[in-house]
Amino acid sequence: MAYTLNVNGKALSADVDGDTPLLWVLRDTLNLVGTKYGCGVAACGACTVHIDGQPMRSCQIPVESVGKAKVSTIEGMAANPVGKKVQAAWTELDVAQCGYCQAGQIMSATALLTKTPKPTDEQIDEAMNGNICRCATYVRIRAAIKRASGQKEA
Amino acid sequence: MTYHDKSPPESGANRREVLVSVGAGGLTLGFAMAGKAHAQDDALRPLNAYVTVAPNGQVTILAKSPDVGQGVKTMLPMLIAEELDVAWEDVRVEMAPNDPKTYGRQFAGGSMATPMHWDELRRVGAVARAMLIQAAATAWNCGPGDCTTTPGHVVHKPSGKKRTYGSLALACASVTPPDPKTVPLKDAKDYRIVGKPQPQYDTAKIVTGQPLFGIDQRRPGMLYATFIKAPVFGAKVASADLEAAKAVKGVKAAFIVEGDPNAFTPGPGQIGQGLMPGVAVVADSWWAARKGRDRLNVKWADHPSAAQSSAGFAAKAKELAAGKGVRQTRNDGDVDAALKGAAKTVEAAYAYPFLSHANLEPQNCTAEFKDGKLEVWAPTQNPEPGRQLCAKTLGLKPEDITVHMVRGGGGFGRRLANDYMVEAAWIAREAKAPVKLVWTREDDMQHDHYRPAGWHFLKGGVDAQGNLIALSDHFVTPSHGEGPAPSAGMSAAEFPARFVPNVRYEVSPMPLGVPTGPLRAPGSNALAFVFQSFIDELAHAAGQDPLAFQLKLLGDKDVVGEPPAAFGAGRMRGVLKAVGEMSGWADRGKLPKGEGMGVGCYYSHLGYFAEVAHVAVSPDGAVKVKKVWVAADVGRQIINPAGALNQVQGSVLDGLSEALHQQITIANGAAEQSNFTDYPLMRISEACPVEVKFLKTDFNPTGLGEPALPPAIPALTNAIFAATGKRVRSLPITPDMLKA
Ligand code: FES
Ligand code: FES
Repeated sequence: MAYTLNVNGKALSADVDGDTPLLWVLRDTLNLVGTKYGCGVAACGACTVHIDGQPMRSCQIPVESVGKAKVSTIEGMAANPVGKKVQAAWTELDVAQCGYCQAGQIMSATALLTKTPKPTDEQIDEAMNGNICRCATYVRIRAAIKRASGQKEA
Repeated sequence: MTYHDKSPPESGANRREVLVSVGAGGLTLGFAMAGKAHAQDDALRPLNAYVTVAPNGQVTILAKSPDVGQGVKTMLPMLIAEELDVAWEDVRVEMAPNDPKTYGRQFAGGSMATPMHWDELRRVGAVARAMLIQAAATAWNCGPGDCTTTPGHVVHKPSGKKRTYGSLALACASVTPPDPKTVPLKDAKDYRIVGKPQPQYDTAKIVTGQPLFGIDQRRPGMLYATFIKAPVFGAKVASADLEAAKAVKGVKAAFIVEGDPNAFTPGPGQIGQGLMPGVAVVADSWWAARKGRDRLNVKWADHPSAAQSSAGFAAKAKELAAGKGVRQTRNDGDVDAALKGAAKTVEAAYAYPFLSHANLEPQNCTAEFKDGKLEVWAPTQNPEPGRQLCAKTLGLKPEDITVHMVRGGGGFGRRLANDYMVEAAWIAREAKAPVKLVWTREDDMQHDHYRPAGWHFLKGGVDAQGNLIALSDHFVTPSHGEGPAPSAGMSAAEFPARFVPNVRYEVSPMPLGVPTGPLRAPGSNALAFVFQSFIDELAHAAGQDPLAFQLKLLGDKDVVGEPPAAFGAGRMRGVLKAVGEMSGWADRGKLPKGEGMGVGCYYSHLGYFAEVAHVAVSPDGAVKVKKVWVAADVGRQIINPAGALNQVQGSVLDGLSEALHQQITIANGAAEQSNFTDYPLMRISEACPVEVKFLKTDFNPTGLGEPALPPAIPALTNAIFAATGKRVRSLPITPDMLKA
């Protein structure tokens, strides 16, 4: 069945089964491969997107349930003022090692800073704990969130 | 246009083959030292075509080896760019083709990128610079000695006139490259790129989500595949309902792959599996392929290793330990007599589990088979052995196979094996279409080549003065046939051998049907825990400060043993002293109750590391690591400080994550864990600050992908002992072990 999705402000259509997770529609059908597959069970955060501004695991969202909601992905973050700041901090601090988790990290961090512009360490832990970094770049992820929020880094 | 310019053969062994290719208005320069005899006595491998200078000044440098997060796509070209003398901002980096004849071994492993290339790639840059100077000197009708360079320009010293590299590029075609062995190199104080933090070259793509990784590849007309293998490693397919899978919308093909049930027991020196038996489902989307797979209802044939279990392994290890070791690998002095005469003795059994690599990007590969030729896009750490494996398995000539190295979402040794590559190649040929194979997370965790579990039975003794005088270890380790299974061996020189007068190492192999292989700092990631913890036990038995005990143990010689097993005792003392100062070790007695500091040190991958962990353990046994300090000696030059620090911090946290959380257990012949829900990794709330100091010593620089990991684990377990009086002798650490 054909679904019309609002992704990064564009109407995109996908002819897929309704139970297909949004993750795979983005990656395989819409060719937006920045959103990553890590676990498929909401345990790693690599597939994080924003649904109406809320960070959500796209591996858990059947495409039929998306409806008219606004979907934002890592490919759309440069057009989001907070996302852009987060990307800049990630670049300046050279956060990534392999980089595979970082799209999801940036999506979670952008959602955090949109709601909480100056997060404490505890708020960072809470918002970011669903995002695994196998390379363990956590020290820099924390520093980059602080930098993007204009706080002291250590 | 490409042509070979063979300089006159001086002698068979000394002939230098120069390859110059002038592409679309640009110049590629490189050189190959031809001839086997020459290659042997020369540190330089055949080299070729790393640098292109376009007439518009664009400089392209090829990155030789795959990047899986260790940063070599940035670091290796930095070495060339430095000596070429260009601004880093002006350099475009591209991956080299997989072509070992031109580039030598291209792989990501063993923390070898730095020691293998530090000299070689700087010379590549320096030769290119010398050619540009020669081209300018010819144009100016002066000697090359009258010229120098500033980034991107050759400068005529007497007049100050300048020419851009781009304007000289074409003229280089007629310049004979100088001998790379004698080309002058920069003085370190003149470095503009090396030693300055450079963000990873692919950062912009990473933070904006552009296609980059293996899993992001796409070919015209591509289909998606999933491949199910038996939970019991190597079991064959008895039956599968292929028609049910094919009935799912979007599924194009479903078929059984006979494979090789013994594919995971490779011969000596080989790594990882070949093509295992299983069932492939190919569809127009990965989700459809997965749905088809769920309908397969595969029945697996009986397999002898279905009776295996972790509990069984542990019981067998204990039984083997009661007897003499099957092999004695070291016997210095008289251990039994020394133990009898010791003032204090300690006896302890240590164990560690199988571990999964858990790369965040599951194994995957894209393959296209056309006109008898195979092309693969693989996030591999080891492209050439993958090509050879595909050739052997599919009956192709290696020259008919092209392997493109694409970024891997984490390596950690998992991608030294190429099982996913040969699977994708086979499936693409059967499906008669380009195919992207993506493993599920569950496939990935249940079909790893695991860090081998191991069991050590130790005895040690100290004399009345607190000197370590005797140590013995009976190591029970997984084996396939005679020798240890991949990454399950132990060197006869394992520390503290050579520093203690009476040492005996014995090994008993335990055959098992679980695939094993290298995980970041293979061997060391387990042995550091065992030996550094046991040495800590002996220090406490002797009533001594553990750090002082280790310093004393290291003696007063700078180097002990001969290469390749030489141990830089002086370098290890240096990092131990440094970490003691950084961490405030001397004041650790002032820590509150329930907190403690521990020290561990280890030499691996040519690097010397000492680390101190500060932990707090709550009465219910929960461990909080508050901070880790690291003193490192990897020689005189940190090439990219940004990447270097990231690697060290990541390695330390990776080690803590292994020790605090991770284990793969085997039941009924299969891995019990299957996802991050039952195989947890460290998360940000647990990640502590890691303070790192690199000591500068007068040795050639060495690598940083691995050596910071091993000592982190004993630093942690020794800190737990200091905090609680409880000795951790098996991993992972559980709150039950530490409850007050
Ligand atoms: S892939 Fe969705 S949370 Fe891991
Ligand atoms: S950078 Fe590799 S998983 Fe985070």
